[in-house]
Amino acid sequence: MLESIIQNILNALQWGSFYSLIALGYCLVYGVLLLINFAHGDIFMVGAYIAFFVATFFLAAVGLPGWAVIALCVPLTMALTALVGVTLERVAYRPLRRKGAHRLYVVITALMCGLILENGNLALLGASRRLFPTLVETQVFNIGGIAVTNLKIAVILVAILSFVFLETVVSKTKMGMAMRAISYDKFAIPLMGIAPDKVVVFTFILGSSFAGLAGLMFAMSYPVLDPYMGALIGWKAFIAAVVGGIGSVRGAFAGGFLLGFVEIMVVAFFPSTYRDLIAFTILLVILTYKPTGLFGVARFQKI
Amino acid sequence: MQKFAVPIFVGLLFGFFVVTAATGAMNLYWQSVFMFMGINIILAVSLNIINGYMGEFACGHAGFMAVGAYVSSLLSVMLFAKDKVFGEALLNPDLALVLFPVVLLVGALVAAVTGLIVAIPSFKTRGDYLAIITIAANYIVKSTIENIDAIGGARGFMGMSRVTKAMEKTVDLPWMTIWVFIGTIFTIWIVWRFISSTYGKGIIAICQDEIAAEIMSVNTNKMKIVAFMLSSGLAGLAGGLFAHVLGYVNPGSFTILKSTEVMVMVYLGGMGSLSGSVMSAILFTLLLEALRPLQIIKWVVIPLMLVLLMHMRPEGIMGNRELTDVFPRLKKFVSFKK
Repeated sequence: MLESIIQNILNALQWGSFYSLIALGYCLVYGVLLLINFAHGDIFMVGAYIAFFVATFFLAAVGLPGWAVIALCVPLTMALTALVGVTLERVAYRPLRRKGAHRLYVVITALMCGLILENGNLALLGASRRLFPTLVETQVFNIGGIAVTNLKIAVILVAILSFVFLETVVSKTKMGMAMRAISYDKFAIPLMGIAPDKVVVFTFILGSSFAGLAGLMFAMSYPVLDPYMGALIGWKAFIAAVVGGIGSVRGAFAGGFLLGFVEIMVVAFFPSTYRDLIAFTILLVILTYKPTGLFGVARFQKI
Repeated sequence: MQKFAVPIFVGLLFGFFVVTAATGAMNLYWQSVFMFMGINIILAVSLNIINGYMGEFACGHAGFMAVGAYVSSLLSVMLFAKDKVFGEALLNPDLALVLFPVVLLVGALVAAVTGLIVAIPSFKTRGDYLAIITIAANYIVKSTIENIDAIGGARGFMGMSRVTKAMEKTVDLPWMTIWVFIGTIFTIWIVWRFISSTYGKGIIAICQDEIAAEIMSVNTNKMKIVAFMLSSGLAGLAGGLFAHVLGYVNPGSFTILKSTEVMVMVYLGGMGSLSGSVMSAILFTLLLEALRPLQIIKWVVIPLMLVLLMHMRPEGIMGNRELTDVFPRLKKFVSFKK
């Protein structure tokens, strides 16, 4: 009994890691632009595909060993996914921001960009699912009857390290200070000698690269890729970010793990079809009692 | 002139559809296209209450549509058709004709009650958080339906075509076309009357400034409940019609993608514009049909067009104006009380 509980907790940590990594991207962009970047889940999907192509290229064409491929894959995937994210910002969001369009129009544009990425991928690469190559032999460690794979440990560690890194960036560096300043008052920022566009691009680079990292990790853990894999995970990661209180890095992290726990525990004790139902019901209850999420700060409106 | 123009126009349209469909001058394909047009009009107009007039961002419309679709389908099959699940028909199938609107209305009412899932949290939450609640409501409805095995679960539910056949056996007319037409006109009429009434102005007041509306004695909570329930009820009506037109429902057709489609129609037409919603629903349906040969690329082209629309003309086709504002001469025939 205890062993199965610990096993489930480990699974939940792994599942929550993906949610957290994606939720972090949502939360960064929201914190700076007050924009729900609905295309973020699909950027995660693009990241997984980029990882797939990079990995197969180095494995098949160059013939490197697995560990070297991973060492090359991580920075390349992150960089290329960040490029996709920044391109999206340049092409779709920035012109709208320049015009001072209503927030809602930007959100709709984001939703549509997500659809374009999904279906464009489907149109380009066909509907056949891709199998991600095995880069590292899975090793199973048995610790007192609990099976842990090296991949699981790696995923959890990567998520925690990413969180620490982002938290440091946001709270300690100059760029992070600029990000927080933009969300505090976007009109005073140019007066203080900060280029807002630079900060926005930096935010998108951060968020998208971590979505790419999540895509790589996800592809390694569940090696079947399909164009719609980002949609549901994206929505759910967004929900995780909201439950945590959107706009705070800690909230996104906590929310991701919370949602992971809820989902895995539901699957452990109920039929697996109830997963979405119970997860979303819990979300509704949380939002009804705490309308701004767990870590969110209530905003008062001046009259 | 104003008094009779609209009834005459509607009557002519109705006559046109019924006569062409009954004599077979309009083939089945175009009939179905016009039916989906009507259903899309209902969906777009009903979502416009929330997203346009009230200025909230709701994106879970397909959930309420699913409730209406399932409730009315189950009822109509239970009452008028022989079925594996429910056994013999409870009533004489000849009654299907008379009682079908009642069945649709029951579906709409249940969908309206489901709308409370969204309406009650909306007292405190606004903006992005409310968007999440609507998405969650959509998922909750969909997963609930998937988990009830008695009505087919994820496999879907069928048998509604027997009911429509029973109707056609009683009186040989294209009944589904007629019901969709009546439902569409009813929706446009009710939303038009609601928005142009003093009572409905409360919703527009909430859109402008909620706190000021509260101070000016608009009961905002009550108004929100009314708006959400009306919107989701009409969505349920659309769902019921949708189910009977297709003769088959499954939870997979009521996903976020369907909600997104409806949202696209609302923003394409323009927020807070009835005639805009109607026009964009017609355009959008035709577009979907025209792009059908492109298959999967269709779903790249449509979002791309919307993105371009947001860049070129973010307020949509009409943008908070009615037809009479664009063509003032029309005021001779119709009046939109603003």
